[in-house]
Amino acid sequence: MARGGYRYFEAIEKNAGLLAVLTAIMVSIGGLAEITPIFIQANKVVPAAGVKPYDALRLAGKDIYVREGCYLCHSQMIRALRAETQRYGPYSIASDSVYDRPFQWGSKRTGPDLARIGGKYSDDWQRLHLKDPRAVVPESNMPGYPWLSKTMVDPSEVEQKMRTLRFLGDPYTDADIAGARAAVSGHTEIGALVAYLQGLGVETPATPISGEAPDSDQGKSP
Amino acid sequence: MPNTETYNDQVVRLFLLGAAVWGVVGMAIGVYLAAELAWPMLNFDVSWLSFGRLRPDHTFGVIFAFGGSALMGTCYYVVQRTGHTRLALPRLANFTFWGWQLVIVLAMVTMPLGITQGKEYAEPEWFIDLLVAVVWVSFGVVFFATLARRRIRHIYVANWYYGAFIIAVALLHIVNNLAVPVSMFKSYTVYSGSVDAMVQWWYGHNAVAFFLTAGFLGMMYYFVPRQAQQPLWSYRFSIVNFWALISVYMWAGSHHLLYTALPDWVQSIGTAFSLILLMPSWGSAANGLLTFNGSWHRVKTDPAAKFMVLALVFYAASTFEGSMMAIKTVNSLSHYTDWTIAHVHSGSIGWVAMITIGSLYAMAPRALGQPAMYSHRAMELHFWMHTAGLLLYVVAMWAAGVAEGLMWRATNADGSLTYAFIDSLIAIKPFYVIRWFGGVLVLAGMVVMAWNLWHTAADARAHLIKPIPVPIPDPVAHQVPAPLPALA
Repeated sequence: MARGGYRYFEAIEKNAGLLAVLTAIMVSIGGLAEITPIFIQANKVVPAAGVKPYDALRLAGKDIYVREGCYLCHSQMIRALRAETQRYGPYSIASDSVYDRPFQWGSKRTGPDLARIGGKYSDDWQRLHLKDPRAVVPESNMPGYPWLSKTMVDPSEVEQKMRTLRFLGDPYTDADIAGARAAVSGHTEIGALVAYLQGLGVETPATPISGEAPDSDQGKSP
Repeated sequence: MPNTETYNDQVVRLFLLGAAVWGVVGMAIGVYLAAELAWPMLNFDVSWLSFGRLRPDHTFGVIFAFGGSALMGTCYYVVQRTGHTRLALPRLANFTFWGWQLVIVLAMVTMPLGITQGKEYAEPEWFIDLLVAVVWVSFGVVFFATLARRRIRHIYVANWYYGAFIIAVALLHIVNNLAVPVSMFKSYTVYSGSVDAMVQWWYGHNAVAFFLTAGFLGMMYYFVPRQAQQPLWSYRFSIVNFWALISVYMWAGSHHLLYTALPDWVQSIGTAFSLILLMPSWGSAANGLLTFNGSWHRVKTDPAAKFMVLALVFYAASTFEGSMMAIKTVNSLSHYTDWTIAHVHSGSIGWVAMITIGSLYAMAPRALGQPAMYSHRAMELHFWMHTAGLLLYVVAMWAAGVAEGLMWRATNADGSLTYAFIDSLIAIKPFYVIRWFGGVLVLAGMVVMAWNLWHTAADARAHLIKPIPVPIPDPVAHQVPAPLPALA
């Protein structure tokens, strides 16, 4: 058996094309098995009641959030763990982030989670904190973003962005797009970013009752 | 017929230079970012210096610029030596070097300016992604065309790993970066929300699998036996590990998303396959280490062998850690903390950087026409600086990560949370300073290596190097395909 079976295997070891094709097949299986069903499932995810595509100003703010790399230190994903729901609010569900391109779940919390930060601080606090974080939190190691107050949002770009997002399937109406320029003109980038932050998590009704996680036996505080 | 075919080491030398330069640049940016976390005034309120804008330059710089240059250079070196043939398509090979350098410069200039897709490890915008795809396909064409004109029928296992690395990275890059441009400098990904999360971490995890593991295992399977002066401990074991590694890795990406809004079944599959993954990972590490059986004395005197042995030890350690971190109960503590940073860097400074440095020290004298590296003592110094810096770095980040994880979940007797978020940051600040210092040591070691390579390359710079002739074996009777005639 050893010798006979090995003969077929030897064919792979001596044929670069066959080796390449088999390698391509082997590396494709896992991704196909996991991503395809999620794709199909994702088309069935209905946005949570009240979750609408970002309005023009918040869309501009979201893209500033992405541009500045906020996601590298802040997650937007409250895990289904008791200590998390206690600190940040009801755990995040898939329908919270259907309009996030790219998703903002993050991978590291050098600062706290922001999935439900909306409304927790005043607009003035957010502006001051973004300009000079240590003015309000002396021990913070967050960078300051003073340039955001000096730059205006580009109205024509926001309109173009909404058209692209509609092409990708986000339900923007003609009226939304027609009103985009007016909605953002005269706003600074910091204004747009604060509008985005203040909207995070506020439109979603608190789905899970009292923030209790289903897997609350896991990772519970001692 | 006189043998007039020589190895094409010109392009190998270019990539060697690229690896040395980008290694220093990428790690210098990392050290600066570590300093920003410890002393935030170093952000200077300047947009392109701020942590969020600059971090992609560190990850891109060390993974794709340093790692990529080292992988492509060693790949071209290895595929020629193991096939007893000259590199095919020399112009296209040169294009892969200059094209890749253009990709690096474009990416590292645009990202701090805020031109980003905002996907971790895939930040460069769509127009750079297109160029990456063109260069990568060219790299694949050069590699497989060289394999096709090899004179040794059996394809040595190092090439299997390099080949899988090329094929899988092409697949990952294209699928994850599908996007619709809004303008020259802005695009939106075609995926949103949880689908984007799954695609992104399928990419992110398998970038580790195929860029940072399969590629560097290719390097390991050639340079470890070469440096140990011994055959591979078990050739068949390396083949078994190959198929297991490339098929299992692809399933494990969802372990980055445990307890999130991703469907539960995908999370569980991620955990299960992450545990299975320990077997091919440890199999490869064991195969490399056991190859030193009978020549362990070399480790005492040969710095390149030292780097390789410690690389394999850290490969085994960080893959074990990775499997453990994919268990839900462990992950609930470790995720989002600096433990992740410790894990990534024990894998990257430990495994990836050390196997690269060891392989470069083994390859550079041969590619630069020298009997040995310019300074043996500089290599020894580099080894100890690198090891000390690595240990300081990962131990500091482990301590910080566990502290964060425990403080975030700590509750008082009445059930309320014990600590505010800022308390955990205050607690770990000393570890951020230690981590920065560890990074400084690693970076300084890289500068020593660059200095050493510069002097080793004296003849190359003076154009005094004679090309090395390809040892063309006698043809075997009825060999299929028939051996190629020697080229002029």
